[in-house]
Amino acid sequence: MKSLLAVIVFLAAAGAAVAQQPASPGAPAETAKEALPTPKDPVAAKRAVALGAELRCLVCQNQSIEESNAELAVDLRRQIRELISQGKTDGEIIDYMVARYGDFVLYRPPFKATTALLWIGPFLLLLVGIVVLRRVLASRRERADDRPLTEAERREAERLLAGTGKTK
Amino acid sequence: MKRALVFAIPLAIFVVLALFLLRGLGLNPREVPSPLIGKPAPQFQLKQLADPAVAFSGKDMAGKVWLLNVWASWCVACREEHPLLVEVARKNLVPIVGLNYKDEPADAKAWLKQFGDPYSLSVTDRDGRVGIDFGVYGVPETFLIDKAGVIRLKQIGPITPEAWEKKIMPMVRELEKA
Repeated sequence: MKSLLAVIVFLAAAGAAVAQQPASPGAPAETAKEALPTPKDPVAAKRAVALGAELRCLVCQNQSIEESNAELAVDLRRQIRELISQGKTDGEIIDYMVARYGDFVLYRPPFKATTALLWIGPFLLLLVGIVVLRRVLASRRERADDRPLTEAERREAERLLAGTGKTK
Repeated sequence: MKRALVFAIPLAIFVVLALFLLRGLGLNPREVPSPLIGKPAPQFQLKQLADPAVAFSGKDMAGKVWLLNVWASWCVACREEHPLLVEVARKNLVPIVGLNYKDEPADAKAWLKQFGDPYSLSVTDRDGRVGIDFGVYGVPETFLIDKAGVIRLKQIGPITPEAWEKKIMPMVRELEKA
């Protein structure tokens, strides 16, 4: 039981660690269209890249705004840089995008009624898996050693142990 | 009893999964619901395509039910819905304002000449900023805006005759009564 608990704790921790990682802060693609006015301030530039990596490009839905070369992504990168230079916080910039494109732009959707299953689902499945596993193991153990032999079984065992070699 | 369960549970899981996947087949992942529906249309002021000296603002349409149609001469799907828009304009069903999105004005004007101009007027959004405010991500897109300036409906992609008959026109009629 204790080891089972340890496994659960470990899995939960691993899940949390994975969730902490941003979607993919990969290097921004270099194209001719890329000539964006990058803020001179390296901290602001880093913020812009980190924000872009958190946001989904709606045109090519499996890429982030930072990675995508779609025109819209280029425009939104420009928008992020402008908002940063206007002194907006990361939270305000995320809100700006959500107000226009909805929660769908977020690679990390917020926890609310419509997304509850998305967030809790894997843990629910884990729980179901543990319950099923425990039941299976319990029934197996019972079959293996807990039940005393019936009279017939004991006689059969004795006969085999006597080693007469005779088979039925 | 137990044996029956061993078969029934995986079967039930399979059926549920299959239903979800079947539903997923019918959904279009490109149609992302807009958070702007039910909210006031973003304010904007842009130059008119026909005469850049004249500005147009969304407020100029206050008190009217109108469509804001996002289009561009480079947009292939726009050609698909264009005959429908021309027809709507000919019948005078509802005013359509064109948001010429990230386009060259010269190309845009040539395009209207070639395919017909269904717009009460078009405004130019050359760098796509107003488009971003409206959450535009795939041209064509069409917004139905009511008398109070609230966005009531968004059509992503070309307006199909079916969408027009079943969704857009009924709502236009309803909003005009209000």
